[in-house]
Amino acid sequence: MSTISEKILAKASNQETVSAGDFIKTKVDVALNHDVTSVLAFEAMYQMGAEKVWDPDKVVMILDHVAPPSSINSARVHNVIRDFVKAQDMKNFFDVNSGVCHQVLPEHGFVKPGMLVIGADSHTCTHGAFGAFATGVGSTDMGAVLARGKTWLRVPETIKVNVNGSLGEYVHPKDVILRIAKEIGVSGATYMTLEYHGKVVEEMSVAGRMTLCNMAIEMGGKAGICEADQKTIDWLDQRTSGPYDLVKADKDAVYKETLDLDLTGMEPQVACPHNVDNVKDVSELGKVKINQAFIGSCTNGRLEDLEQAHALLKGRQVHPDVRVLIVPASRAVYKKALQKGIIEDFIDSGAIVSNPSCAACFGGHIGLLGPGERGISTSNRNFRGRQGSPEAEVYLSSASVAAASALTGYITHPEEVA
Amino acid sequence: MLLKGNVWKYGDNVNTDYIIPGRYMELTDPEEMAEKVFEEHDPSFRKGVKPGDIVVGRTNFGCGSSREHAPIALKGNGVSIVLAESFARIFYRNAINIGLPALECPGIHDAAEKGDVLEVDVTGGLVRNLSNGKELRFKPLPPFMVEVLNAGGLAPYLNKTEEW
Ligand code: SF4
Repeated sequence: MSTISEKILAKASNQETVSAGDFIKTKVDVALNHDVTSVLAFEAMYQMGAEKVWDPDKVVMILDHVAPPSSINSARVHNVIRDFVKAQDMKNFFDVNSGVCHQVLPEHGFVKPGMLVIGADSHTCTHGAFGAFATGVGSTDMGAVLARGKTWLRVPETIKVNVNGSLGEYVHPKDVILRIAKEIGVSGATYMTLEYHGKVVEEMSVAGRMTLCNMAIEMGGKAGICEADQKTIDWLDQRTSGPYDLVKADKDAVYKETLDLDLTGMEPQVACPHNVDNVKDVSELGKVKINQAFIGSCTNGRLEDLEQAHALLKGRQVHPDVRVLIVPASRAVYKKALQKGIIEDFIDSGAIVSNPSCAACFGGHIGLLGPGERGISTSNRNFRGRQGSPEAEVYLSSASVAAASALTGYITHPEEVA
Repeated sequence: MLLKGNVWKYGDNVNTDYIIPGRYMELTDPEEMAEKVFEEHDPSFRKGVKPGDIVVGRTNFGCGSSREHAPIALKGNGVSIVLAESFARIFYRNAINIGLPALECPGIHDAAEKGDVLEVDVTGGLVRNLSNGKELRFKPLPPFMVEVLNAGGLAPYLNKTEEW
């Protein structure tokens, strides 16, 4: 009678069963680190008396947030990290030319169903899309993982989210998760796992499931999980090899709550400033003028997102008052888009295509908003100040809505320009 | 572990920006972080707080960023424990990890007022409000977390613990 989380955490901590609320000490299968959080974690590791990381092959290091460096200080930090990687004989190192950690990690086969993934980044929950238990931690926790390969966890309660119905032409996984955020609220899943089930999730691509799991943290969640299935295996087989531990929830698993949604007829959704649960139908908004459209990030910077944008932007010109920034989530995504001619069409439309990285998502690299400006973004957070000035406003949407808005200059239903 | 102190009472969603604003993320000295605690949210805290004092919140205490500066700033002012109906996950972890007890204690927000004196038996799972006589039970922390707290945090704990 266990949830997916309970099964994975029981196995990781070498126990028959664990239940929601239990505290466990557990081994970690993969540790994810990036350029903004790792230096503090290295310091914590040294304070714990460790000179060496517990298993260099299980630590993945990615320079993605400020890539390439946009300040002297970030260039310095990158070099501290490169020195650490060399000194620790870590071969799983991805330099500034690679892309966003949550895309690069699975693309290189580091994530498999049934694993416990710990990352020094709050959106580590993304990897639950592969049937893994994945969660973000602070720097002392990561220091302990680096030193010992272990962490402590409270086994989470689970909210079962059943998504059924059939989605309209311009309704995508991002619209699904924004709708879920509207229902659950910004703290409604605190400490908990969101387990996504139902026909919509079964039919969804692996990329779409990554979008669902990515935003579990925006409801306070510890993890988001989709059951691994044949689609997961097919995706993984191109990048790594089994065995895969396809963990399923028991039929009589105990859930804290169940949320049933039938999304037939739902419009594209937009999260309005400054909370992720301030979600409205796109047609409720009226003519909200924008200065920037950002298509990218670990939420929606994958090939299918670029294809959604391409379907609308191809052969047209973006609005002259809008800067349109398109950033593929990884080098692999970039290359595929290039081979398909998508990038060329973006450039012809007047969009800026930048190198794979976090870019405008967190307001620390490129594509900042000035005071009084408004941006539409396919990323995951619209907190005040998240993408630049605290006097700017960020709206969150799918790539389709962002691309449609890029054409008209205001937040637009894709049907209007299709 | 028995703690005793005066209550500082706050509400829902006390976020990490309230506890220490984002612009102080560059600070690395715990003393300097402590100086900035609740700078905009409640300047009276820094002036009046005494060693051993207890912070009480309602729901989702510590939500927002994963910065460890927030629990460090509270601990640096002598706060002995944070009690709340619920905590944001990463704040809760970070607090325990730096050696600041954080306890989920249902009913605490109604049971205590600012300035009340609380006695908290962390291992026994009991809060006693010495000012109004109310008592609340909570699920005690598991032994290994108590050991982490007794050691002063996860780094010192692991430094002297071979088996983990
Ligand atoms: S793309 Fe945004 S949310 Fe994702 S890891 Fe980078 S900064 Fe974080």
